[in-house]
Amino acid sequence: MNDASPPPPSEREVVIRVRGLKVGFGDHLVMDGLDLDLYRGEVLGFVGASGAGKSVLTRTILGLLHKQAGTIEVFGYDIDKLTPREHLEVGERWGVLFQEGALFSSLTVRQNIQAPMREHLGLSQETLDGLALQKLALVGLPPETADKFPSELSGGMTKRVSLARALALDPEIVFLDEPTSGLDPISAGDFDDLIGTLQKTLGLTVFMVTHDLDSLFAICDRVAVLGHKKVIAAGPISELLLSDDPWLKSYFHGKRGVTRLLAAGDRPAALAADVRPQNARR
Amino acid sequence: MSAVSARPERLVTTTPSVARQDSQDGVVLSLAGEWIVGAGPQLEVAGASLLSLAKDAKRVILDLAGLQRMDTAGAWFIDRAQDELAGAGATVSYRGEQPKHDLLLKEAGYHPPAKSTLVHPAHTVALLSAVGETIYDSGVDFFDIVDYLGEVVVMFLRLAPQPWRWRWTPMVYHLEMYGLRSVPIILLINFLVGAIVTQQGIFQLAKFGAADYAVSLVGVLGLRELGVLMTSIMIAGRTGSSITAEIGSMKMREEIDALKVMALDPLEVLIIPRLIALVIALPLLTFLADMAQMGGGLFVSWIYAGITPAVFITRLQNAIWVETFLVGLIKAPFMAVVIGLIAATEGMEVRGSAESLGRCVTSSVVKSIFMVIVMDGLFAMFFATVDY
Repeated sequence: MNDASPPPPSEREVVIRVRGLKVGFGDHLVMDGLDLDLYRGEVLGFVGASGAGKSVLTRTILGLLHKQAGTIEVFGYDIDKLTPREHLEVGERWGVLFQEGALFSSLTVRQNIQAPMREHLGLSQETLDGLALQKLALVGLPPETADKFPSELSGGMTKRVSLARALALDPEIVFLDEPTSGLDPISAGDFDDLIGTLQKTLGLTVFMVTHDLDSLFAICDRVAVLGHKKVIAAGPISELLLSDDPWLKSYFHGKRGVTRLLAAGDRPAALAADVRPQNARR
Repeated sequence: MSAVSARPERLVTTTPSVARQDSQDGVVLSLAGEWIVGAGPQLEVAGASLLSLAKDAKRVILDLAGLQRMDTAGAWFIDRAQDELAGAGATVSYRGEQPKHDLLLKEAGYHPPAKSTLVHPAHTVALLSAVGETIYDSGVDFFDIVDYLGEVVVMFLRLAPQPWRWRWTPMVYHLEMYGLRSVPIILLINFLVGAIVTQQGIFQLAKFGAADYAVSLVGVLGLRELGVLMTSIMIAGRTGSSITAEIGSMKMREEIDALKVMALDPLEVLIIPRLIALVIALPLLTFLADMAQMGGGLFVSWIYAGITPAVFITRLQNAIWVETFLVGLIKAPFMAVVIGLIAATEGMEVRGSAESLGRCVTSSVVKSIFMVIVMDGLFAMFFATVDY
């Protein structure tokens, strides 16, 4: 599938490889023969119409939904053939920011962030407390937040705490399901910066489902587009902008699309580059 | 993290370590290995030795050149050492660090914990205050329920002349859920209770040669007390809990708030239909329970005492009057109101967390079973006084 985009350097390691994925509910197929690669160290933005199955794909990769056919390899392991030990290890090496946060409602923010560390590592309570405060500061929350319960948090705070929990084990891959939806533009920008910083410093691989064009431009190395039950295009955003796929065109060049960004004077450098449109349409 | 391998890195951890060297510039702490959170306790040990090795030094140089990997947890330990050594009066500087280390130390640094301002009260004071709070809360609970009863009565009176505002469909649905679906379990447990009471009655009364009076025992006890009591307890557990859970989870997901802003009263939409369904269902179930208890009594007295069904029924006719049966039945609607009210108030008490939902469901069941038994006792005293 990714042959459509310029082939990445062959030495780049693929951390998630999806091949021929078929997922459906009853007779209705949501994915049919979907291929996708996620390379180490990249930020992959994942877009698609609402209801196209972005969350379904994420949940399938995470092993939360059953697939009908195809293979999913994570860190070189086939997720259908994990031994319990490998399963535990994979669980330590990825973190997920669910769309609604999915914080444990009966634990405080501090305990939520400590939960993965407490379960997987034998750290002392003192260290756990210190690391929880650090993670809170990392996502830009004041220390007072630590003793609040999830029901006392605003939407933006919930996302941040959830990210802090996802980062608790310093995972190699982070899945972000619409991380900036429901945030004000400033917080959303901060969030993008945060992801960018973490990606640079930790070599984090990020799989981000998003509708936020600003995020796509600001931090995504590649963008994959879901449509017609497949990934219809994947590549740097500069290429996708030049695609003549009707959905992509209306997505990027519609009222809320790039034209808006251009009008605001925030001309993506990518647009200027003379990149030939690839066969984005399949 | 430029070094990339297909195999898991976390499992091949090189232990994080520190070595001290004294030079004329000061104490040099050379860090080596992988300072990552996956190292767990080993990272803690290394982090602690950063502090202990340079405790007395005036100048400390942290040499990061030998560091293989560092993540946010590693950065926290290193930055903590820097912070605390600097706090103790030493000059701390870094050497051999890479740009990404710098960035990580800056972004994921150490934040000294704020001093806890919480002062724990003395043990006895805490105990006394807990007792006081519990008693106060029970009082508040009682007034809440009375308050709610008032609201329900007012709402009921308002709705009574307007039958078109009654929610017939949910009412019938709840009647099926609370009534019809409970029939098998109610019949079963009451048959068993009737059988057990009769069996013990036969054994004990046989000592006086009065085994036949076991029929009177199960007749009077079953119809007056046990039928309605067992049914109410069963319904408190089965239906009360489900009402609390339904309303509680609606409360959690802000569905109750959505109703309110649509100018719909949750009392009218959710609670009155459930309450009415319960008030209709419980007497019907009590009737069935009474019959099941008599059936159990009949069965056991036939087996253990050789009393044939015809004889059992004749004896039963002599032992009970219509009043005996009515005393039990009269209590049922009151029990239904108590169960429904407690379940609804507890449901409304649910806050945001899953834990509070669980707590409210438990307390709904415990409170309604308790109240059902207390009510039964009060009724027993009342009927004894009025000689019914």
